[in-house]
Amino acid sequence: MNKWMSLCFIGMLAFASAALAAADLEINTPAITALKNSMQARHGQLTAHYASGAVGLTRDGNVALRDASSVPLAARQSVNGLVADENRDRASLYREIASANGHPEWEAEVRSTFAQRWIDKAASGWWVQNAGGAWVKK
Amino acid sequence: MQKRGIANLWGSVGAIGLLLAGCVTINIYFPAAAAEKAADKIIDEVWQLKQEAKPATPAAENKGEAK
Repeated sequence: MNKWMSLCFIGMLAFASAALAAADLEINTPAITALKNSMQARHGQLTAHYASGAVGLTRDGNVALRDASSVPLAARQSVNGLVADENRDRASLYREIASANGHPEWEAEVRSTFAQRWIDKAASGWWVQNAGGAWVKK
Repeated sequence: MQKRGIANLWGSVGAIGLLLAGCVTINIYFPAAAAEKAADKIIDEVWQLKQEAKPATPAAENKGEAK
């Protein structure tokens, strides 16, 4: 009986490692693709603001108006709109990825994974929030 | 002899139960590495980071995205 149990245990371990190795997140749903396209289209308008430092990447996976004074008064409204739209898409993206993989409760972890990767991949000269919440220029 | 057989049967049922519980346990852990991979893929597409090296034709871009 003991032998049987240990055999079972070994089988379980083998299965567990196989399952972990094969794990890939589902990101090819229509909702995720639509969000990606919408964010890609908006990115063209946002890059100038990232570069000027008006908009920065936050540590919680969003974008934020960091320095309103670097945006001409007339354009401030439109930048605010871009930031709000971008954050709405990002929130939906994190939620969609979690639910597409059958675990809506993963949303916060998906968000923090993205937060880290957005910041890692940001171009030099862009402003990002460090772990303490302070703005630093990359 | 027959009692022994029943005990073995219950043992097997228990082992299968453990195996199933193991599967459930595996699934509830957040797959951090897979999430990072997914994030990289999406960010590269949204920020169009991997296109400088490729010819700038729409067809090539689409192929790159489908990968």
